[in-house]
Amino acid sequence: MVLNKIEKLLEKYENGETTLQEEQQLKHYFSQENVAPHLEVYKPLFTYFIVSEKEQFTKDVPLNTKTKRSYYFQWISVAAVAVLLIGFYFKTDVNQQEDYGTYDDPEMAYNEVVKSLEMISSSFNKGAQKINYLNGYETGIEKVGYLNEIENTRSLIFK
Amino acid sequence: MNQKEFLNTVMPFKDKVFRLAKRLLVSTEEAEDATQEVLLKLWNNKSKIAEYNNVEAFSMTMTKNFCLDKLKSKQAQNLKLVHSNYKDEHASLQKQIELNDSLGWVGKIIQELPEQQRMIIQLRDIEQYDYDEIAEMLDMNQTAIRVALSRARKTIREKLTNTHNYGIK
Repeated sequence: MVLNKIEKLLEKYENGETTLQEEQQLKHYFSQENVAPHLEVYKPLFTYFIVSEKEQFTKDVPLNTKTKRSYYFQWISVAAVAVLLIGFYFKTDVNQQEDYGTYDDPEMAYNEVVKSLEMISSSFNKGAQKINYLNGYETGIEKVGYLNEIENTRSLIFK
Repeated sequence: MNQKEFLNTVMPFKDKVFRLAKRLLVSTEEAEDATQEVLLKLWNNKSKIAEYNNVEAFSMTMTKNFCLDKLKSKQAQNLKLVHSNYKDEHASLQKQIELNDSLGWVGKIIQELPEQQRMIIQLRDIEQYDYDEIAEMLDMNQTAIRVALSRARKTIREKLTNTHNYGIK
């Protein structure tokens, strides 16, 4: 190929005006053994492009259908959790509907209230009786009052 | 769409996705992870694939966004040191192909370019996409792409000349 043409192409190339075909021509020229000495600089550049073109992706393409299956299991677990939650919800619901200890008959209700109030008052008095023992504490304090007399006599002695 | 059909649509450009990811993320391992991630996303949304008018361009855009996100994420910032290690590994590519040392230089120079120019160089000079395809992938207009491309090419050439003439002039 005429050297002139290559030089022109190179100039176009650097300005980004070459077509793909012209670039192919350049690549072809520089992949030859003999290149004009003043254009030697370009040789590694185009060789590099040619070499890089051949690099390949060697790893496998990971297209397992596993991903699909795992989604399936994910949804099963979601469903299980939902079922559990619904179960708990209804269970507590049933508990709430159970016996509140209410009476339909007013007389019966009245009797029941009286009964329980009596029970409260009797056990209340039980507690009060125990408090009576506190009186004993009071007498104890009175006895300690005698100690004051000792103090009086001691002060007399040491005066 | 079953697995076979999907693979048929994806296989032709999976290498391109990988190379773009590698151009942006530098390390091969990260690029592989990114590619798998992008393909998986496509697979999971396979029902919508028919709606995209250009699956390849769409996937390239996805890759671009995914990689840029990755670079911005904290994880990538923590890995900065590791990244510079990977650069050395990148040089071992040149050993494998037993080519001139300057090939490694080109890689390094391209790696030093801003992300956008790197992507454009990758898409144009390596993957040989049309300007309008690149425009679609990167969501830019064509003039902007040409300008960036021209800048990138000039920078690469200047730096290459510098290294080429190092010690001579």
